[in-house]
Amino acid sequence: MSVSTLWVVAEPAPSGITTTSKELISEARRLGAQVTAVTWGAQGELAAVVAGDLGATRLVDFGDIGAVLPASVVAASLAALARDESPDAILIPTSNDGRDIAARLSAVMDLPVLTNVTGLRAGEDLVSEHPIFGGAQTALARLSGPGPRLFVVRAKSFPVESVAGAPATRDVVAAAPSTTRAAVIRSTHVEERSGPALEDAAVVVSGGRGLGDAASYGLIEELARLLGGAPGASRAIVDAGWVPYSYQVGQTGKTVKPELYVACGISGATQHMVGMKGASHIVAINKDPDAPIFSIADLGVVGDVHSILPALVEALRSRG
Amino acid sequence: MNVVVCVKQIPDPAAEQSLDGDHRLNRGGKLILDEADTYGVEVALQLVEAAGEGEVAVVSMGDAADVSGIRSALAMGAARATVISGESLRGADALTTAKVLAAAISRHSPQLVICATESSDGYTGTMPVQLAQLLDLPALTFATSVTVEGDNVVIHRQTELGYDEVAAELPAVVTVTAGVVEPRYATFKGIMAAKSRPVDVVSVADLGLDAAALEARQAVVAVETAAARSAGEKYVDDGGAAQRIVAYLEEIKVLSGGAS
Repeated sequence: MSVSTLWVVAEPAPSGITTTSKELISEARRLGAQVTAVTWGAQGELAAVVAGDLGATRLVDFGDIGAVLPASVVAASLAALARDESPDAILIPTSNDGRDIAARLSAVMDLPVLTNVTGLRAGEDLVSEHPIFGGAQTALARLSGPGPRLFVVRAKSFPVESVAGAPATRDVVAAAPSTTRAAVIRSTHVEERSGPALEDAAVVVSGGRGLGDAASYGLIEELARLLGGAPGASRAIVDAGWVPYSYQVGQTGKTVKPELYVACGISGATQHMVGMKGASHIVAINKDPDAPIFSIADLGVVGDVHSILPALVEALRSRG
Repeated sequence: MNVVVCVKQIPDPAAEQSLDGDHRLNRGGKLILDEADTYGVEVALQLVEAAGEGEVAVVSMGDAADVSGIRSALAMGAARATVISGESLRGADALTTAKVLAAAISRHSPQLVICATESSDGYTGTMPVQLAQLLDLPALTFATSVTVEGDNVVIHRQTELGYDEVAAELPAVVTVTAGVVEPRYATFKGIMAAKSRPVDVVSVADLGLDAAALEARQAVVAVETAAARSAGEKYVDDGGAAQRIVAYLEEIKVLSGGAS
């Protein structure tokens, strides 16, 4: 099997499709394939423009599917279409909905699915790259049996690259009725936050358990603000309820690739490191000289965040 | 209300991890209950307690030679366990696992099936929703809170920006995040009681599944050493750490000025 047709699940966003969806369309095009993007919701027209600009020639649009979790409807519709057209592979962004769609699709079509993909190699068949042991090693995986191949790809694995393509041809396809009872979205709650978005910020300052208590997280926010960056967090303090999930960096949170990442009181669990080791520069502050985070830090400061952070905030303030 | 919780025994994450000759995680050492699963067990126990009737059963696929991890869930308060075991399941992919668990769970006809969002060893993260599809149930995923209102289960689902309130009629599958509740510690009484609770070990054939249909269709073909980031300068704070960091930020031009 060589790669000639790739489909990309393009999750709807106010700007057309999500950033990770854009990354996947760009990569699908680089792999030399005819690219079809698949979307739903109210942004189809905009999505066709965005997907086309990145090199997709066709956009399948299931339209409005209502206020439900999209996985069952999108997977049922995708499966019906994929059985007809047999694409070589379907690339799906890592996100809550993306993972659910991939899982439903896998079960509906009786196909295996590979997740946590950070790279794809085209050859006789697609080989996927997966970081293991905190990114120290890369596992190369391959699917066997009939396709299409299903891959769930992590954010920021590939660059977005415009090829100034014409808007993709938009096929409006009626969504297949899902046989499964729906999970209905009753209401949406947005947490306020200011400053740059975590995943786009040039500087990310993150705090972990080593801060000691929730109140000390204020130092992280202040340092992030002074550096024009975004505050982040380890899973430990999100689970502890100090900050919302939207702050979480790592395997089950956001993947960030800033110019500078400052890890404060974070020991460096595998789960955290896979989400930030792509930063250009890493500064770590931790009391424990043996903390794993120091193995990837360009500047590793062994010391107490409670004395260093206030001094650092003061030094930055005094620079104006 | 009857709740089934899917649990997994994993190698202790605190111990050194390694791969075997087939590039699979070595599972030869001591296995423990995945900490990620303790949240689901706790949520299930709370829902059954709130309903005032029913029980929590745990279902697990894996080696049955050592079930001490499963006993940990029983010690928390689960009433019974089913462990599906067999040589043919070694290296099973997520869809295969879902097929096996679906066959085992359909014998219970629970009102609710609870899983962790992902396991701590493989973190594939697709099994629960594959399971939901095979059981033809709605899946409410990434829950940070779970309540039952009459015939509905209602969750707060983590989103990029906050959370959504999501509801579905029972029966349903729910996946819970770590931190959704504080898992209870097993009491001495619980640990003693767990010893006498039933752990039913069944085979693929017992479930009426065809072993040939469960063959893994994914394989790790190689493992490469990733381009390593190496440790840079280590600075032991002597009171000058803040100044050293400022100087470094100037070196990399995140801050202007300084020695550059």
